[in-house]
Amino acid sequence: MNKTLRAIVSHRMFFPLACLLLVLLLNIFVTLASTGSVGPFFQITLTNGTLNGPLITILNRSSELVILAVGMTIVVSCSAGTDISVGAVMAFSGAVSIWLLGYGQLAQHDYHVVAYVVPYVVGLLAALVTGAICGAWNGFLVSKLKIQPMVATLILFTGGRGAAKVFADGQIDKVDVPSYKFLGNFIQDSTGHNIVPIPTAIFIAAGVVLVTALVLRYTALGTNIQAVGINGRASRIVGLKSGRIIFIAYVFCGVCAAVAGMIATSRIGGIDAQNCGKMLELDAILAVALGGNSLAGGKFSLAGSVIGAVTIQALTTVLYSINVSADQLPLYKALVVVIIVVLQSPELKPMIGRLRDKVKRPVAAKEVA
Amino acid sequence: MSMTVSEQVEKELTGQGARGVWNSVKAKFYGNNFLVLITIVLFIGIYVAGVIIYKNKNFGSLNSFFDMLNSNPGLIVIAAGMTMVLISGGIDISVGAQVAMYCMMFAFFMERQNVNCYVMIVIVLVTGVVFGLAQGALVSYFKIQPFIVTLAGMFFARGMTAVISPQTIDITNRDFMALATFKIKFPFGGYTNAAGAYQTPFIYLSVVLAFIALIALFVVMQWTSFGRNVYAVGGSEQSALLMGLNVKRIKLGVYTVNGLLTAFGGFLFCLFSTGGAVEKAQGFEMQAIASAVIGGTPLTGGVGNVLGSLFGVLVQTTITKFINFNGTLANGWSSIVLAAIMSFFIILQSVFAWARSRRN
Repeated sequence: MNKTLRAIVSHRMFFPLACLLLVLLLNIFVTLASTGSVGPFFQITLTNGTLNGPLITILNRSSELVILAVGMTIVVSCSAGTDISVGAVMAFSGAVSIWLLGYGQLAQHDYHVVAYVVPYVVGLLAALVTGAICGAWNGFLVSKLKIQPMVATLILFTGGRGAAKVFADGQIDKVDVPSYKFLGNFIQDSTGHNIVPIPTAIFIAAGVVLVTALVLRYTALGTNIQAVGINGRASRIVGLKSGRIIFIAYVFCGVCAAVAGMIATSRIGGIDAQNCGKMLELDAILAVALGGNSLAGGKFSLAGSVIGAVTIQALTTVLYSINVSADQLPLYKALVVVIIVVLQSPELKPMIGRLRDKVKRPVAAKEVA
Repeated sequence: MSMTVSEQVEKELTGQGARGVWNSVKAKFYGNNFLVLITIVLFIGIYVAGVIIYKNKNFGSLNSFFDMLNSNPGLIVIAAGMTMVLISGGIDISVGAQVAMYCMMFAFFMERQNVNCYVMIVIVLVTGVVFGLAQGALVSYFKIQPFIVTLAGMFFARGMTAVISPQTIDITNRDFMALATFKIKFPFGGYTNAAGAYQTPFIYLSVVLAFIALIALFVVMQWTSFGRNVYAVGGSEQSALLMGLNVKRIKLGVYTVNGLLTAFGGFLFCLFSTGGAVEKAQGFEMQAIASAVIGGTPLTGGVGNVLGSLFGVLVQTTITKFINFNGTLANGWSSIVLAAIMSFFIILQSVFAWARSRRN
């Protein structure tokens, strides 16, 4: 019994899952305190063809973060660094797609896209290609020029948002075509009724996670990425192309950011270059760390990062429900982060041991005397 | 004229003669200060270009130059502190949020609680030290990555700003405004504007304070054992440890000093912006890191120059000025140009690192 317990506690997934459970319990507790029963938190109702409920909202709102966290996990694992440009790449690729969808017509309609100039798919592809190009630039800097990832991605962090503003003509461009909002909301028929009751973003996030997990599981890529992260030089000597693997990881991260950007722009039905994906890169990094992944690279767990991303969103939800304003939110997030990383710190155990020794020793000395 | 062997050796050593000069140039080239030199040359280049292009808009006047310093006293100090942290091999991304918090502390306590201005300065500086101590303890004694620790610090400070007051508060405190508007006028270098009024060039008191902090930090980094230890720890933590340095304590010291500098920079920033708001100093940390990087400090640690960050700030400010003077470009362009210049420097640094590794 004791052995199984220890096996569970020492399992990789124990900590992230425990965190998620704790936050969910907090959610339940708050629901209990405000409504008198735990029911409302688990309640999922079908109204007007949409599924509603706190759980659905948490999943829906965490979609972008989950997608970003997947890309970030791969980057962190193989390059031992973080891609801080993902938020800006989100804005940039979203801006490019809207620029293309309303090509030449934006200024005439008060920065509203009233009808697609090019098919939607072209706009979507443009966003993905933009993301891939941004990722390729980052990857080139990191893998070929051996620049520390944070500095390399600092360039697009600074310039990406500026480029987004230029593509959006410095305005908040809106898209009035209903189908544009499918990605971030619900898929509807021509009369405006929902065909699928579950938010589209959940499917996309699940799809990204599933495809990535399968590719990593059934090809050598997953192992190779970890090998490069654990010891780049050794893996080069055994014949892995470390540089190319790192490059691919950054391109993939860029594409993930583009997908998240399309969801985010679709959610609000337009591009706000200044605020789209703002600070989301930090949440994504946090999700990776919360998932029990070392930011120093090496072994990773995709599931952990996904759990981390959902945990962050669940925490946000519970804080909103106790009337914490959006501006004050980071304070509580910070406290949770500090507690979690201190608990995860390998230094903690010996430190507690030393403290215990210090407390014990005077007592022992007294007994001798 | 014949030379003895010892004379020849002496000549080689003192760097005389064609070969000696070449060697010393090569040594300079591979030395780290060369990158700072490039930054200085670039800054002068951009500035002279601005003076020529915008001749009729007084770009070259002393007023215009001082304007760049007057609007950035906080960034000068904080970029210098950031350089120190980068030299130690760490990073601090909480500085922007900290500045917002200190501004809000000034605004809230002076305006709403009628706390004395000078008492407030002391409180803010002490808060900075405590903030730095906490971050430093987590980094050094708990061995948590600096990025994560200061990320939490950033969230904490930004959230705390909103907890202190969600509203924007303007500062009207008399003592504080006296400090903020205290000008040191220069008797020369001004110009007469279109209306015929003579514009006297001036710098604010805050700029003088910023330079005092900058020079103090430079002296500490260059000529004290603490400063040299920071370089040692940043260069190789393992070697520093084997040398017998107390790595943990040095790291704690770095973050604490940086906390103090950030609080001081926040004070100077507040002197310029005279108000508190949740959104204040957004992206400030990245500006500071960019300044350090442009100023020749890589993020790998062990290398860098505090004074370089000043020119990093100046290069950034000149670019923004350029875009503003142009007037027709969208504001997105200033960050694009900045990103391009950063790419240039970062790639240059990597080329230098590559050349150096080949040489060794």
